[in-house]
Amino acid sequence: MNIKKYVAYRLVSSFFVLFGLSLLIFSLSRLVPGDPARLALGPMAPQWAVDKLRAQLHLDEPVYIQYIYWVTNVFRGDLGQSLVTRRGVFNDILEFFPATFELVIFSVILSTSLAIILGVTSGKYANSLWDNIVRVISYIGIAIPSFVWAIMSVFIFGYVLRWFPTLGRLSSGVVMPPKVTGLLLIDSLIAGKLDVFRDAFYHMILPGTSLVISRLAQEARITRASVVENLHKDYIMAARSFGIPEKTITLRYLLKPSLIPTVAVMGMDIAGSMGGSFIVETIFNWPGLGRYGMSAMLSNDINAIVGVVMLIGVFFAFMNILVDLITAYLDPRIMMKLRGS
Amino acid sequence: MNTELLKERWRRNWYKFSRNPLSILGLAVVLSIIVIAIFAAFFAPYPEHAFVFVDFKNAKSPPSWQHLCGTDMAGRDILSRIFFGFRYSLVMAVSVLSVATPPGVLLGLIAGYMRDTWVDTAIMRVADVFLSVPSMVLALAVCSMLEPTLYNAMLAVTVMWWPWYTRLVYGAASSIKNEYFVQAAEVTGASTFHILFGEIFPNCLSTIFTKMTLDVGWVILIGSTLSFVGLGAQPPTPDLGTMVSDGSKYIPAQWWISLFPALFIVVIILGFNLLGDGVRDMLAGD
Repeated sequence: MNIKKYVAYRLVSSFFVLFGLSLLIFSLSRLVPGDPARLALGPMAPQWAVDKLRAQLHLDEPVYIQYIYWVTNVFRGDLGQSLVTRRGVFNDILEFFPATFELVIFSVILSTSLAIILGVTSGKYANSLWDNIVRVISYIGIAIPSFVWAIMSVFIFGYVLRWFPTLGRLSSGVVMPPKVTGLLLIDSLIAGKLDVFRDAFYHMILPGTSLVISRLAQEARITRASVVENLHKDYIMAARSFGIPEKTITLRYLLKPSLIPTVAVMGMDIAGSMGGSFIVETIFNWPGLGRYGMSAMLSNDINAIVGVVMLIGVFFAFMNILVDLITAYLDPRIMMKLRGS
Repeated sequence: MNTELLKERWRRNWYKFSRNPLSILGLAVVLSIIVIAIFAAFFAPYPEHAFVFVDFKNAKSPPSWQHLCGTDMAGRDILSRIFFGFRYSLVMAVSVLSVATPPGVLLGLIAGYMRDTWVDTAIMRVADVFLSVPSMVLALAVCSMLEPTLYNAMLAVTVMWWPWYTRLVYGAASSIKNEYFVQAAEVTGASTFHILFGEIFPNCLSTIFTKMTLDVGWVILIGSTLSFVGLGAQPPTPDLGTMVSDGSKYIPAQWWISLFPALFIVVIILGFNLLGDGVRDMLAGD
C-alpha cells in the first residue's frame, strides 16, 4: 500500500465513522425531553407558531424520516437553522470556527514545543534536580482541570498582576484587521498592523495556556521517557565514541527518534484542546466554536449541537490522518510498513 | 493457589509499591479523602452548612480561624461544603467506572477473540464512532440533551468511557488468543464461554485494573467540568465543580469562594493519579 492508497483508505473509513457519528448524535438530539420548537419560541408563543415550526423542522415525522431530510440537506451544505440565532448553522460555524482554530493551533504549538524542551532537557539529565522539578510540575499540571486553570489564571494574571487581558480576542477600541483568513494573528500581519498583532497575541496567552496545561505535562513525560530510552541505544554510544560533541548528538541524532511518540499523541492533543475549548472559550468570552457550541448545548438548540459535533468530528478525522502522515515521515519504520504491505 | 503463595505475592507487590514515596503520598491522600467523605458530617466544622443554609450576616467572609476557607455568598462554611463535595466526586468515579467497565471489557474480549470476523468489525467500528469526537465534546453533548442532574452526568460520562476499555481489552485479547494455553483449550473442546472468561479474561485483569486506577482522576476531572458548566449536580448540592462556578462570579474580590474548592479538586485528582501510577508500576513486572 503506498501513501496515496493509505490516505484514500483512511478517508473512506473516516467517512463511515462520521456517518455512524451522525446517526448517533442525530438520534440522541431527537430524544431531548421537551419540545425543541416550544423551547425556541418561548413559553408565550401562540400554539400555531409552534406547530408551524414543528412542521418546518419535520419534528412530527418519525426519526428516520427526519434523518433522511437532514442528510440530504447536509450534502447541499445546509445543516439546518439554529433555533437561537435564527441563522443557518453552517454559516454560524464558518463564522466562529477560525477563532477556535487559531486558539487550538496556538495552544498545540505552544504545548508541543514546550513539552519537547522540558522533556528533552529532563530526559537528558535524568534524576537531576531539574528532572525532579519538571516531574513535580507535570504531576500537578496533569491534575489541574482546564476550567480550574482558567479561573486561577484570570485571577492571578488578569486581576492581581494585570499582565494579560482576560476577555475576548481584541481590546475594545482596537480595529479588526480586514478579514482574509479569519485568523487575527495572520490577518493583522497581512494588514501590516503590528500593534493589532501584539494585542491579539496578548489576548491569546491566558486561554491558550489554559487549554494546554494538562496536555503539556503529559507530553513532557512522554518525551522524557522516549529520550531516556533512546539515550541508551547503541547508535548514541557509537556517536559518543567517535567524539561527536554532546550538543550535536542531542540535536542531530537524539531528537528525531525521540519525538515520534510526542508527535503521535498530537492528534489526542488537538482533541483535548477542542474539548477544552468549550469550557475555556466560555470563561474567556472567546468568540469561537466552543462558546457557540456551549451556548447551543445550554439552550437545547438541537440543530446547532448536531452541526457543531459533526464539524468537530470532521476536523478531528482530518487532523488524525495528518498526524499519522507526520509520524510516518519521522519514523522510516512506519513508512516502510506503509510502502511494503 | 495456596495462601502462602498469595501472601508472598502481596508482600512483594507492597514492597514494589512502597519503594516510591510518591505512591505512598497518593495512597495517603486518597485514603484521607475517602475517610473524610464517608464521615463528612463528623469532620466538617459546620455540617449543617452543606446543603440549604443561609446566614447573610456572615456571607462572603474571608478565611479566618472560624472559617478556614472562608464563607460563600450565602454565609455557608466553604470547608464543610468541600468535605461533603468529596462524596459526589467519589460517587461519580465509582459509578462511572463500575458501569462502563463491564460492557467495555466484554465487547473487547469478544471482538479480540473473534478477530478478523464480522463480529470484530461491527464492535470495533461502533467503538470508533464513539471515539471519533473528543470525549469531552461527546459528554457535553449527551449531557445537554438530558435533564441536568448528577445521574445524567454520570450516564453521559459512562457513554463516552466504555470504548476505551473495549480498545484496551481488544488489543490484549487478540494477542493472548494466539498463546498456547488458549490453543490447548480450543483443541480439547472448551466452550467459547470458558475460553473468554476462564483463559483470556484472567490474563487481562492486571491491564484492566491498572487502567481503572489511572482513570479515576480523569473521571473526577470530567465530572467536575460538567458540573462547572451547569450540566451536572445542581445547587444546593455541595459539588466541587458547581462551587467553583458559583464562586467565579465573585472573583477577584472574594477569591476564596472558588479558589479553595478548585484547589481541592486538584488535590483529589493528584492523589488518585499518584496512586494510579504506583499501581501501574507495581503490576508492570508481573
